[in-house]
Amino acid sequence: MPGLIGKKIGMTSTFVGEDGKNVACTIIKAGPCVVTQVKTEDSDGYNAVQLGFGERKEKNTPAPLKGHFKKAKTSPKKKLVEFAHFEGDYKLGDEVTVEIFEEGEYIDVCGRSKGKGFQGVVKRHGFRGVGDATHGQHNRLRAPGSIGAASDPARVFKGMKMAGQTGNARVTLENIQVIKVMPEESLLVVKGSVPGAKGSFLILEKN
Amino acid sequence: MDFVKEISAKLNETAELPSFGAGDTITVHYKIKEGNKERVQQFQGVVIQRRGSGATETFTVRKISGGVGVERIFPISSPFIDKIDINKQGKVRRARIFYLRDLKGKAARIKEKRYVSKKQK
Repeated sequence: MPGLIGKKIGMTSTFVGEDGKNVACTIIKAGPCVVTQVKTEDSDGYNAVQLGFGERKEKNTPAPLKGHFKKAKTSPKKKLVEFAHFEGDYKLGDEVTVEIFEEGEYIDVCGRSKGKGFQGVVKRHGFRGVGDATHGQHNRLRAPGSIGAASDPARVFKGMKMAGQTGNARVTLENIQVIKVMPEESLLVVKGSVPGAKGSFLILEKN
Repeated sequence: MDFVKEISAKLNETAELPSFGAGDTITVHYKIKEGNKERVQQFQGVVIQRRGSGATETFTVRKISGGVGVERIFPISSPFIDKIDINKQGKVRRARIFYLRDLKGKAARIKEKRYVSKKQK
């Protein structure tokens, strides 16, 4: 689906609609992106468009990538993302702007969530812990409890929810409503929160 | 951060309100919807705080209604605020006068400002 690469700027709130509800919203710098490669059925076996976003210094660009950008006749870009089934006729070097989105439509937003490090089961999976700090309870307040039966099956099942690295993972949120499109500043305002820290890259896709 | 404020100011364009602060007695005329009809209602009371900044700023108005204290929080950029009248400018020593909640009757009075500073004019 058609989409854009963006950058999370921050959050605020605004009044929306007829009944003037105050909703939290996220401001996203969306594009302008440049088409850096067009993949077709004939040449690559499938149809897709690769977009580039964000400026990058020439001296920090590897030589093979320099050639890639030269082909599209653009300056080096920081982030490259491929979009499958990109509708519309786009050629190498074309610019894609926020105007592909409309106010009120629902899009998918994909980003890398904030890393939380190695976390226990309460934070990571929403376990409730033991729930009692006294009555003989000792150092098991946030423990996971049993992780399975005994000699049958004599193992822990795969995918058992345990402690581990939390966050810093690719997260896609579906059906995020677009509240406002600001083409002059190439900004997009969407309802609610989106994954990632301020300044992190986001993939915005129509659905 | 400043950029976010700039954009949220653009998102929430509202009519300019008079400047007021904690201790001031104001009347907020706000629109309420009843079915399809829209009418303006008033809420008169003492401002006990202003909170936040930019377009997301809010203020709290407190009044005594039927012997019961009632507080209402208004977002400053709310489209439902019709206008705000300043009835009295109070002289208070702090920005958040929550101590007013514990006071009743005569003790809950606020001294009025005798003169208005040039800045506020």
